[in-house]
Amino acid sequence: MTIDRNARLREVQSWGDHFRFVIDAPAIGRDARPGQFVMVKVSEGSAPLLRRPLGIHDADATGIELFFRVAGRGTEILSRKRAGERLDIIGPLGRGFTLAPAAKGRTAYLAGGGRGIAPLYFLARALTAAGAKPVIFYGGRGLADIPLRDRLEKAGFEVQCSTDDGSFGFAGFVTALVEKELARVKPAVVYACGPDPMMKALAAITAKHGLPAEFSLESIMGCGIGACWGCVHRIRNEGGDGWVKICEEGPVFPGERILWP
Amino acid sequence: MAVTPKPVDLTTDLGFLKLRNPVLTASGTFGYGLEFEPYLDLDKLGGIVVKGLYDKAREGNPPPRLVETPSGLINAIGLQGVGVESFAAKILPKLRQLKTAVIVNVCGADDDEYAAVVEFLDKQEGIAAYELNISCPNVKKEGACPALSPRTTFDLVKRIKAASRRPLITKLSPNVTSIVEIAQAAEEAGTDAVALINTVLAMAIDLETRRPKLGNVYGGLSGPAIKPIALRMVHQVASRLKVPVIGMGGIMTGADALEFLVAGAAAVEVGTASFVDPDAAVRIVDEMERWCAAHGVAAVRDVVGTLKTA
Repeated sequence: MTIDRNARLREVQSWGDHFRFVIDAPAIGRDARPGQFVMVKVSEGSAPLLRRPLGIHDADATGIELFFRVAGRGTEILSRKRAGERLDIIGPLGRGFTLAPAAKGRTAYLAGGGRGIAPLYFLARALTAAGAKPVIFYGGRGLADIPLRDRLEKAGFEVQCSTDDGSFGFAGFVTALVEKELARVKPAVVYACGPDPMMKALAAITAKHGLPAEFSLESIMGCGIGACWGCVHRIRNEGGDGWVKICEEGPVFPGERILWP
Repeated sequence: MAVTPKPVDLTTDLGFLKLRNPVLTASGTFGYGLEFEPYLDLDKLGGIVVKGLYDKAREGNPPPRLVETPSGLINAIGLQGVGVESFAAKILPKLRQLKTAVIVNVCGADDDEYAAVVEFLDKQEGIAAYELNISCPNVKKEGACPALSPRTTFDLVKRIKAASRRPLITKLSPNVTSIVEIAQAAEEAGTDAVALINTVLAMAIDLETRRPKLGNVYGGLSGPAIKPIALRMVHQVASRLKVPVIGMGGIMTGADALEFLVAGAAAVEVGTASFVDPDAAVRIVDEMERWCAAHGVAAVRDVVGTLKTA
């Protein structure tokens, strides 16, 4: 874990209210693993006060990439940053995805809902490097919610898109698309990141098919480093169910351990 | 040749406890201390006040537990955490290696539990003092806690002070009509110091759903938004008490901390700032030192209680 107060925004790409940042932050980039996140300071003052947790979209020895959607005041301020500006970032934080279930030559399904696609790009790259075959399912309400489809295809990944309104790809929820494809090819593992209702539905599907699954949870976070106990989710433990810190034990949890409201 | 500025004396004497500097970390905002080891040198702190401890591990409140408000944060964690035995076995041995003072924040669902926690901790080594948490707003209905009445404050402080072998700091609630009355009750009951303020009872509402934004409905407001309230209360209490006052509430910078000293606090606790910048407490020590050097102040204690009202 590093506090990089001199991270440099190298490149900004945007699609409407979606943004991709390429950031020079070597110490964070070197340590980052797929599924981990960073805490980004959006303001020098106290408006807003807290850092924002963002999943790592990609990483290498030079730094990290972030992909986010403007969802409130914090991300709105962040979206106005320009190439060359400095950022204050803490990371990499949390526990990411386990690559082991997707052994060499085996297929892994990666389901991303909206901005939940962010960490799956990094994961797909790591899986490919390990010899596994990732298939990405990318869903949104409409075409504007799945702006990374070209980028994913250009990177050489197999991508299947869905839109709730039927404006692009499969018409319906991404979970229905995954279920349809499960009848054709059964993967070794399913990874997902997206809204809670999407992951809850996917948890039921993977359980029904007896597939291992890992889900990345999202929450407002006070600190991101396990100190405030603000970002808990109900998790099944050996000693009984309890509120578990997403930032510290997660954000990625095995599907069967997550208890949905 | 550059003139090396004279080193500023940062040592702070609370009477019952000598600190390397006047900056402590506030309970509930610094975990059990060790979480912050990757980000700062814990030995550079005046002291660590660890997260509130009950007799047994606690489940805490249902989420959402946090909501950000203008220049502030409302939390309703509900004191989730390990029990006192687990703390003593797994965490305290590591904290004991530090040079910085370790203060344990003591909680209880009733007076007997506070007493049980202190009885257990009295048998452990490596604790400099107890901070009696009589003011958490998130564990009982509508923020009820012993710190809301002089009577319950007096009774609890008296009992714990008599039972304990260690110095006692009583942490007060701002959610009262007269904090001076409560502070005086704690002093009469024998507390060695008072710490204030705990969070301000607050709420946030989602207009669209017309639901409270916190799972617990109410929570405690912290951060820069409460600093003016905290300063006023510290000044009121420090003007009337003989025992030292530890001030806190929205301290983000060295200047904020020094304002609390001017108002009469002998030391300060840094809270929400540690969420934003895990190394904030050490930065604040450095900023205080630089301010003193730039203003020809030889010892930080010389700033305490220097408010000019005439």
